[in-house]
Amino acid sequence: QLPTGLYKKVLVILHDSVLPYMNEPTLMMDFLTVAYGIGGAISLLALNGLFILIHQHNLEYPDFYKKLYSLLDPSIYHVKYRARFFHLTDLFLSSSHLPAYLVAAFIKRLARLALTAPPEALLMVIPFICNLFRRHPACRVLLHRPAGPADMAEDPYIMEKEEPSESRALESSLWEIQSLQNHYHPDVAKAAAVLNQSLSEMEDDISGLLDLSAYELFDKEVKKKAVDVPLEFEQVRGLFGKKNDIFAEHFSLD
Amino acid sequence: SNPFEVKVNRQKFDILGRKTKNDVGLPGVSRSKAIKKRNQTLLKEYKEREKTNVFRDKRLGEYNPKITPEEKMIRRFALERQQNYGKKNIYNLNEDEELTHYGQSLAEIEKLNDIVDSDSDTEERGALSAELTAAHFGGGGGLLRKKVSSQQQDEEEEKPKSRKELIEEMIAKSKQEKQERQTRRESALELTEKLDKDWKEIQTLIAHKTPKSERKDKEVEKPKPDEYDMIVRELGFEMKAKPSERLKTEEELAKEEQARLQKLEADRLRRMRGIDEEANEKRPSHMSADDLADGFILDKDDRRLLSYKDGKINIENAEEEGEEEEEEQGEEEDNEEDSQEESASEDEGDDAADSHSDLESDLESEEEAAGNKEEKKHKANENESQNVEKLDPEREAAKSELPYTFAVPESYETFKSLLAGRTIEEQLIILERIQKCNHPSLAVGNKAKLEKLFGFLLEYIGELATLDLPELRTIDKLVLPLYNLCQMFPGAASDSIKFILRDAAHDLEEVIEVKGRATFPGLDMLIYLKIVSLLFPTSDFWHPVVTPAFMYMSELLTKCRITTLQDVIKGLFVCCLFLEYVSLSRRFVPELINFLLGVLHISLPKNQAKGYAVVHPFTPVGKNLELLLVCDKEDLKSWEKQNVPLSIVTRLKETSRTEINHTRLSCLALCFDLIKKCAAVYESLPSFHEIMHPVKILLTQHVPVNEYPEKMQEWYHSALKELENKVKHYTPLVCEKKKPVPLKQYTPKIVKVLEFGKKQAGSKKEQERKQLIQRHKRELKGAIREIRKDNQFLARMQLSEIMERDSARKRKVKELLGSLATQEGEWKAMKRKKLQS
Repeated sequence: QLPTGLYKKVLVILHDSVLPYMNEPTLMMDFLTVAYGIGGAISLLALNGLFILIHQHNLEYPDFYKKLYSLLDPSIYHVKYRARFFHLTDLFLSSSHLPAYLVAAFIKRLARLALTAPPEALLMVIPFICNLFRRHPACRVLLHRPAGPADMAEDPYIMEKEEPSESRALESSLWEIQSLQNHYHPDVAKAAAVLNQSLSEMEDDISGLLDLSAYELFDKEVKKKAVDVPLEFEQVRGLFGKKNDIFAEHFSLD
Repeated sequence: SNPFEVKVNRQKFDILGRKTKNDVGLPGVSRSKAIKKRNQTLLKEYKEREKTNVFRDKRLGEYNPKITPEEKMIRRFALERQQNYGKKNIYNLNEDEELTHYGQSLAEIEKLNDIVDSDSDTEERGALSAELTAAHFGGGGGLLRKKVSSQQQDEEEEKPKSRKELIEEMIAKSKQEKQERQTRRESALELTEKLDKDWKEIQTLIAHKTPKSERKDKEVEKPKPDEYDMIVRELGFEMKAKPSERLKTEEELAKEEQARLQKLEADRLRRMRGIDEEANEKRPSHMSADDLADGFILDKDDRRLLSYKDGKINIENAEEEGEEEEEEQGEEEDNEEDSQEESASEDEGDDAADSHSDLESDLESEEEAAGNKEEKKHKANENESQNVEKLDPEREAAKSELPYTFAVPESYETFKSLLAGRTIEEQLIILERIQKCNHPSLAVGNKAKLEKLFGFLLEYIGELATLDLPELRTIDKLVLPLYNLCQMFPGAASDSIKFILRDAAHDLEEVIEVKGRATFPGLDMLIYLKIVSLLFPTSDFWHPVVTPAFMYMSELLTKCRITTLQDVIKGLFVCCLFLEYVSLSRRFVPELINFLLGVLHISLPKNQAKGYAVVHPFTPVGKNLELLLVCDKEDLKSWEKQNVPLSIVTRLKETSRTEINHTRLSCLALCFDLIKKCAAVYESLPSFHEIMHPVKILLTQHVPVNEYPEKMQEWYHSALKELENKVKHYTPLVCEKKKPVPLKQYTPKIVKVLEFGKKQAGSKKEQERKQLIQRHKRELKGAIREIRKDNQFLARMQLSEIMERDSARKRKVKELLGSLATQEGEWKAMKRKKLQS
């Protein structure tokens, strides 16, 4: 009913400026449930208030994880509320009583979506996935399946299924992370390579990584002191003078 | 020696393996040694303690290191002569008076003594001696006299002479003879002197030349040194050809070049994998293969190897020529493509020149140069040498206008004014000359200056790119000096490029903070990013310049809003950059796929998004859609694929609607091509199909293929084919095996023992420190002991002196008293005598 901008504003402040001062926070239940059902950024924002209701006021929310699962779409790595969302997701998935298929589905979906993510999000989500593996050792088949079939024609995981239990995530492997080991950003490639080895026991602290920005990453790289600078050895012939230069095919210097 | 002098240090325990050096001592011997030494040093000092006389060396120039020994000697001699000059010493006989005998200098006689003897020997020894003996010694024996008498008889018979007369006559005779001899000798002397002089003259000529064959020429031509002489001299000094320097055949040259490139490539691969970055951190860091560690990098061998063509020596004078030749070679390698491209670009250039009559002259001249080149290429096979001759005068004329030396400009303004109004060739020559005149090996400050020059050049390129009509052709040429400078000063070059990148990223960040969204930067940044890929290897796992450039490009593709066609072109340019950067390393760039997907998305009619999701900066719904959508059928038909001119990003408004539509279609074709290339690059990724899934859906289900012109359909199908003919291939992941943890063992740990009785614990550094402390302590103790002993010795000496003095005094007092007593005794005895008497 509310316009989108106002909706967002309300939801952003709801959890720490409104709910604690209400006598009956449960009254917000319907509002939040509706907001959660809208989808997109508004759902993400409604999560926070909903979490307080579930956590402190015994709200029973049917299919909560299913809904959360369906919230995961490519935009989560690009939106402004990324840090807040992943902080909450981390909280929700920290329970060790979650079934393995559910966590595996989450892992697989996050990894799949990470194929479109910018480096700053990748640097956050890879340790996030590592932490999930640590909490739920049953999911490690995603990384280590020595007795599996030698070759598969298709990834068994079905991303389009709404229901995590039907996604067959446990039969799959994390090829996405393997692909990310080839990422252009050296830190991302290194982080992804961690999953090649067996994981250490300690969980990574991702709180510092949650609101990493692209500019910070850039700044970090620029400030690194290099001992020496390797140089291109191919003699320059012109701006587009390289062999098989893509630019020469499509651009002209006029 | 004496067993009573030996002192044995008894050991409480015998320890095996311990070496002891102090078990036996000779205290008496060592004490006497010490005393002796003190007598020689300390006692001497003590005795001379109040004597302040110092030996002072007043020899001239003895301690002046600036004077060479010969000079020193000469000066001393001069000083000596000076001192002696003024005073007329009466005893100094040798000074200016000459001692004579018979009116001749004694020195002369001494000098020519031998000659006199020899003369007398040969000529009249017997006669003279006989006369002399007769005269001096009164005729000598009768025998001798009889012999001689036959000669003298006539004279004596003619006029009998008295003895006195005889003697006088003899004296006169001998005098006369002597005088004659003297005159003869003088003349001989004169002759020898003359000969000496002549010899000296000749000697100077002869001394220079060693080779016999040339001496003759020299002597002939000495009086007037001319050209020929100079040439002969030069030839003599010229380096002889060394037998080891063999002319290399083309094959060998090619092989060498190949080996060099292979080495560099291997190096690049190592950096690309980035594995050994941590493993061998201490390994000497990467250097360019030919680096001499002197900061000077020769990117290619400047020296022209002597080579032959058609039986003639191939001589290349100018640098440019060499470059052109190189280009030619390159063109020959892939001549088909190149010639096509070149002709195409030339056509375009002509078109441009026609349509924009206000183009600057430099562009035209560039065209001319290109034409020349073309011409040359055609003629090259027919007549090489003629061509060279033909081109030379032109160059000479062009060059003659420019000064030959340039100082490195101190500020950007002066740099700009230096290049302003020059054609491209002239600018290149100026830059080359600046580099050559200020080569870092020539002066100390040149390195910093040239490093600055790199920054200026970059700035200049940026400025050229931001003009309303960007002078990209000039930039195209300017990257050559830029590359050379970068090869010389990699550190400074990387710093200045990083500076530019940082500024740009900072601006971008500021804009995002203020406005909430960003726009694509100008053409200059795009050019800079392209230059980065030319100057630095983009395949490294981590590179100080390339990695930030990657980050910046990623930001551009994810943060910048796409609102106009220029934005699309710029974004596609960045996509091309990304693809070029990762073409060798095949690294995965999610932003690239996202952007291409977005570009495809905006080429579709609205409200079609199904089955795929576009991400930021593209939106599934809202404004700025259909940017690339072309509905005009005629434009669709008339479209032909052509390269997108880069200047379009600054001046799109002027063009007509049809042209815009054509540009749109070109962009779309470019997008298809990029997708195809991405597919080729990323096919090895395990989740290739997942990555390309949305693109594939869009291509197969949404793109209106049938509406596209045929050319576009070709692009489309080739892209789709590339996407679809990849096999799906998944192998389950298996972790790397853990290294087995070794079991704990109970064998004793063996530690190397360096010194017995010393603690072995601690690191090496700690041990060293302890050792030093101990040694210092020992030395300190020893020194204190020595000082104490010295003091004792001195005290003993003083005591003995005092005792000596005292005893002497006592003796003297005793003597005095004794003498007084005897005096007194005598006096008393006298007194008693007096009294008695």
